[in-house]
Amino acid sequence: MTERSAAHGVFTIERTYPHPPAKVFAAFATEAGKAKWFGGPPEQWAELRRQFDFRVGGREHASGRWAQTGVTSHFDCLYWDIVPNERIVYTYEMHLDDRKISVSLATIELEAVDGGTRLIVTEQGAFLDGYDDAGSREHGTNFLMDRMGATLD
Amino acid sequence: MTASALDLAFQALADPTRRAMVERLGRGPASVSDLAEPFAISLPGVVQHLKILESAGLVRSEKAGRVRTCRLEPQVLGLAEQWINDRRHDWERRLDCLGDYLDTLGDPP
Repeated sequence: MTERSAAHGVFTIERTYPHPPAKVFAAFATEAGKAKWFGGPPEQWAELRRQFDFRVGGREHASGRWAQTGVTSHFDCLYWDIVPNERIVYTYEMHLDDRKISVSLATIELEAVDGGTRLIVTEQGAFLDGYDDAGSREHGTNFLMDRMGATLD
Repeated sequence: MTASALDLAFQALADPTRRAMVERLGRGPASVSDLAEPFAISLPGVVQHLKILESAGLVRSEKAGRVRTCRLEPQVLGLAEQWINDRRHDWERRLDCLGDYLDTLGDPP
């Protein structure tokens, strides 16, 4: 029987791109644009299905198989708030094969800055029933290093 | 991870030699002599550093015959932290791709 658990987490990532907000927004808002960057690493992950309906109430789906493990990941998203060139809010659930591993709220904020766009991604997630990811050990180390770096800044 | 476990981990990682050892183990298990090789310190010095990493729960070592093999101990990282970290990792990789993609586009007319 599956042992039930829920753990909660939040994190924020910021990037600044030397491009105007409209251009960055278009990379989220158009199917062709998003397909260029949102997915698994091409050498390790083969896309199986993609569906894209970018509007409030619209859904997005992306699934693909990881070459090394044969595990299929599924991303299912529902858009809640879209302010062109400024903000996107969506919720999504992630499955690995038929296991639901998380349900998250993601907020993308775009801000015009001198010479480009600051992009802020905030994720708040409920991570369900534990899971073992083959890559987590290495990532975990990087995570500790990041945390340490943050305390030194 | 509890606050005190995190304190221990940070204390253990405050030393550059121990950080380098953890980085090395991030690429896979290694023997004590493998770990010692890049450093200008004695084997007992490396063992001392290892003890600190082990007591912080970051590293585990096992002796088989005459070789002691060290590996990272992932359990010190809470599952929630693994999850957050994996999502972060996904985002960072994707946002790098996004930046590359944006750079390939021409400037708008």
